[in-house]
Amino acid sequence: MADQNKEIDALSGMPTTGHEWDGLRELNIPLPRWWLWLFYITIVWSIGYWIVYPTWPLLTNSTQGVFGYHTRSAVVEDLEALKQQRGAMVEKLAAASLSSIVADPQLLDFARAQGRVAFADNCAPCHGAGGGGAKGYPNLNDDDWLWGGKLTDIEQTIRHGARAGDDKGRSGTMPAFGRDNILKPNEISAVADYARSLSGLPVEPGTDLALGKKVFADNCALCHGPQGKGNREMGAPNLTDKIWLYASDKQTIMQGIQNGRGAVMPAWGGRLSEPIIKALTVYVHTFGGGEK
Amino acid sequence: MTAQVRTMSIAQPTPGAPALAHLVAEAEVGGTSPDDDIPLYAPRRKIYPQSVHGTFRNIKWAVLVVTLAIYYLLPFVRWDRGPNAPSQAVLIDFSNRRFYFFFIEIWPQEVYYLTGLLILAAIILFLMNAVAGRIWCGYLCPQTVWTDLFFAIERLVEGDRREHMQRDARKWTAGTYARKGIKHFLWLIVAWWTGGAWVLYFADAPTLVKELATGEAPFVAYVWIGILTFTTYSLAGHMREQVCLYMCPWPRIQAALTDEYALNVTYRYDRGEPRCSVKKAEQLRARGEPAGDCVDCLQCVHVCPTGVDIRGGADLGCIQCGLCIDACDAIMSKLGRPTGLIAYDTDLNIKRRIEGKPVFYKFLRMRTVLYAAIIAVVGGVMLYTLATRDTEGITVIHDRNPMYVRLSDGAMRNGYTIRIVNKRLKYRDFIVTILGLPSTLVDFVGLPPRADGRQLVTVGPDQTKEVRIVVTDYSNTPPAPSTSILFRLIDIDTGETAEVRDHFFGPS
Repeated sequence: MADQNKEIDALSGMPTTGHEWDGLRELNIPLPRWWLWLFYITIVWSIGYWIVYPTWPLLTNSTQGVFGYHTRSAVVEDLEALKQQRGAMVEKLAAASLSSIVADPQLLDFARAQGRVAFADNCAPCHGAGGGGAKGYPNLNDDDWLWGGKLTDIEQTIRHGARAGDDKGRSGTMPAFGRDNILKPNEISAVADYARSLSGLPVEPGTDLALGKKVFADNCALCHGPQGKGNREMGAPNLTDKIWLYASDKQTIMQGIQNGRGAVMPAWGGRLSEPIIKALTVYVHTFGGGEK
Repeated sequence: MTAQVRTMSIAQPTPGAPALAHLVAEAEVGGTSPDDDIPLYAPRRKIYPQSVHGTFRNIKWAVLVVTLAIYYLLPFVRWDRGPNAPSQAVLIDFSNRRFYFFFIEIWPQEVYYLTGLLILAAIILFLMNAVAGRIWCGYLCPQTVWTDLFFAIERLVEGDRREHMQRDARKWTAGTYARKGIKHFLWLIVAWWTGGAWVLYFADAPTLVKELATGEAPFVAYVWIGILTFTTYSLAGHMREQVCLYMCPWPRIQAALTDEYALNVTYRYDRGEPRCSVKKAEQLRARGEPAGDCVDCLQCVHVCPTGVDIRGGADLGCIQCGLCIDACDAIMSKLGRPTGLIAYDTDLNIKRRIEGKPVFYKFLRMRTVLYAAIIAVVGGVMLYTLATRDTEGITVIHDRNPMYVRLSDGAMRNGYTIRIVNKRLKYRDFIVTILGLPSTLVDFVGLPPRADGRQLVTVGPDQTKEVRIVVTDYSNTPPAPSTSILFRLIDIDTGETAEVRDHFFGPS
């Protein structure tokens, strides 16, 4: 029995637990009554908890509890409450025109906040978290727009996409001049150098720029314009500026001429709600490149 | 094996040892345990503190009145801040995230003032302890103040110590029950008022009082009143000295903060021992034998709110309220003996008196000087920062992606989100300029320039405003990978400025 080890501590007059650690002994002191009662109350409390909340795991489910509380239904309720809270502003956003959204500071803030989330959920995988773009995916921050940078242009591109099979979508593709035997390899090389020369980039020594210019006028000017300034109706990029959708090196340009280009942007009209499309439009416009 | 209840203690004499021994003695009397010789709990000895008059009692009354008056009435003090802010002198405005204290308004990001206050409070506690022991426990602690008030009510209704004890010991009559009912009712009124005053610090007090009276106050207000009514009633009415003995960490901490020069409520055993009656003392003294001044009247024990016998020496349960000094002084005066048998003194001095040396008080010690210096430094720093704090501010977040944007003509552009802070209680117009780039164009998204061409940002009273700005560098120099730039905020009316550094990035 433990009692055999009991000894009384001389200083406090209290029994010890009988153990000794490096000369230290532990006194055996009773707990205060309130502590004991609190302990009993917590036991009783836990029984109440079992009754009102989902607690015991069963084979396929668990006990449900009389409160009917469930974390998942609680999330649904929270989301509903959030929708209610935002309802007024969302309605205002749905009713307002794009230009009036931009003119109203409060609505603009709300649209940009909504747009930020929608952009991260839907657009960021291709265009990057801040709309910085990537090779083949346009940078939405700059002032070079394939299909136009006005609010209405951006809205149409978001709603109907590009080359995504939507009737009102952006269409127009770069033909595969090489693969389809329209241009010969030496012509492709020459016109690639000519395209580089349009924005002041250096060309390969000894290249036939005159041939390049002729090939350009005969094949490219239809879409890219006689001076190479591009055409937003067709989504044909401006070749005279410092911005390149794919890359400015000759190899990449020749690849584009050889095989053509025609990147697809999905049409978001059926997938996102009207207020969200408006919010996205405003958000993209306010990256800094939006046109008046 | 049997379950055992254990508490650690080192095998060294501790100030708390006599109290522990006492508890065990009590426990052994009243406890029952099936298979161990230690009871499960220590029964409580009910304490009936006797009323007392004297210097320290008067000090305690004064502290009680002043602290409770501040607590109960402060929310009603008005402070005019103009139309854009509440007019309550002290207000913790959670919904708007502001703390108002007379002329000071604290924003959430300035919570370090609270840290400073907590540091000050801690060091002041240390200093008090180093100078004169448990001043906080004896006079200022809310537990002490409210328990004192509850004792006063108890004595008013149930009578002083002797009367109360006799009534409790006799068979309870209808009158006993009635007295106890009245006492608990009065306690609950005080407790309820305590909770009611608490919630007034978190909302406009007169409005909330009206709402509470008409049942229109927010549910959470009633909940908090309920919680504080319960805690006040149970802590001050029922748990009392047990809070100090079992719950509070401070008595343990301050045992480590005291030293041999700190004044404590001390029984001068050099003068008091051996205890004997007045008659016996005369006989002993007549025979030339030693006789102490203590007549063992137990008045010091009877008036003690925690049931401590101060003559046992320093004690964990002693909150050093000084009431035993008042009780003993009254007895000594009646006996025609000098007062101060129990007094604020040190053990060191008692030993010096026994040895025949003069008493020795030392307030200027390394400990007290350092504490005072820390208080002065922390207080000074807080005052300085409070007096010179800005009422406007600007923070800048550079776009994370893309870090920079090349425009079609080759110019570089960076995007930033700036937040302008206006801590004044009126609308203010600010100009934001960017310095450090040779030739820039700054576009404030959603903020068209005014008719005079100036780009102003208006920030509402006591608000912040977030603006997205895009900065374009049109200089034809090759862009550096990183250029340090300065955002300068200028109040156009007062010229007050705030600045923050950031970077303008280019291709690396």
